[in-house]
Amino acid sequence: MRTFQRHCCGLAAIVALAMVVAPVGATEPGPTITIKGRDFVPSEVQVPAGVKVKLLVRNENATASEFESTELHREKVVAPGAEVGVFVGPLSPGRYEFFDDFHPETRGYLVVK
Amino acid sequence: MLATAIIVFREVLEAALVIGIVLAASRGVPARAAWIAAGVGGGLVGAVLVAASADAIAQAVAGIGQELFNAAILFAAVAMLGWHSVWMSRHGREIAAQANRLGTSVRAGTQPLYALALVVGLAVLREGSEIVLFLYGIALAGGGGGMVLGGALGLVAGAAAGAAIYLGLLAIPVHRLFAVTTWLILLLAAGMASQGAAFLLQADLLPAFGNTVWDTSSLLSDQSPLGQALHALIGYTAQPAGIQLVFYGATLLVLSLLMRLVGRPERRRPAPAARMSQR
Repeated sequence: MRTFQRHCCGLAAIVALAMVVAPVGATEPGPTITIKGRDFVPSEVQVPAGVKVKLLVRNENATASEFESTELHREKVVAPGAEVGVFVGPLSPGRYEFFDDFHPETRGYLVVK
Repeated sequence: MLATAIIVFREVLEAALVIGIVLAASRGVPARAAWIAAGVGGGLVGAVLVAASADAIAQAVAGIGQELFNAAILFAAVAMLGWHSVWMSRHGREIAAQANRLGTSVRAGTQPLYALALVVGLAVLREGSEIVLFLYGIALAGGGGGMVLGGALGLVAGAAAGAAIYLGLLAIPVHRLFAVTTWLILLLAAGMASQGAAFLLQADLLPAFGNTVWDTSSLLSDQSPLGQALHALIGYTAQPAGIQLVFYGATLLVLSLLMRLVGRPERRRPAPAARMSQR
């Protein structure tokens, strides 16, 4: 049982440490992406490399959407008329695709420079 | 209509596979059907409530409510799956032995069915709320008959996948079934823990430890049917973040250690000679 307790303590310590360490580093306000009909507007947004950015995703439709990106490990339901924040980064330069999981033909790109 | 069917199928698949595994893992336990049905029913009610309050959840806790909610559901399911595994490590052997003697009509023990029912309920709630939101959107947009047909088609196809894994597991001899379902449940738990970690990462509460540790999306994409099934079963993701791997490994490690520690008295009796020398 003692080994078990030690393992649990170790795990708890790692998680606690991670929780404390993670939020360090400032978050920059990012661009707003609007879901209008079956499009992201704009369909391509730019953010700087190596910093944490908070994207704003606004849904102007009367129906729900799910902002998702497999590359960025992000999935967030956006209720009709709602606006949600999505943290991304710090990322290395590149082009990252995102889409609306409820309407998979609706796609856009995050360009990191 | 087909697009609707595909999206509904994807969401149903995950819950259906969980139900299939849970049904196989509780084979022969009395009243399991009632427990699992209660889990599904409760999950459906919860799904509608969650869908109706989607925006309130999303705006809660300074805008990370949705992430925390999803992570909490996933980690609760991990805890219940873990509890089931640890319980089975102590009692599974007796049950299997008894099942062997009595055939399938084993009435051994009181397997903690509330844990598995809760796992089912949480899976239905999480996937169901997305289906509700999605179908409600189509209905609002005047989807009508195509939506009903597509939704039904997706539901049937997803349920068929769940039935397939259940029937496949039933083909395993009873005395080996619990060993197999225990492993499946461990992998299910690890996959859910990794998904939960992804939500905490999304909420900016955990560091990524590498945004993409490897990329197998060209081999097997997350969006493909097989990728989806493996995602539900073993937590497959084509581009895992480091923190997901940490949670995956830690869950497997902690649960198998616990199972060893708890299961030891029954499983590893010292050989007679060793027992003599201890005296």
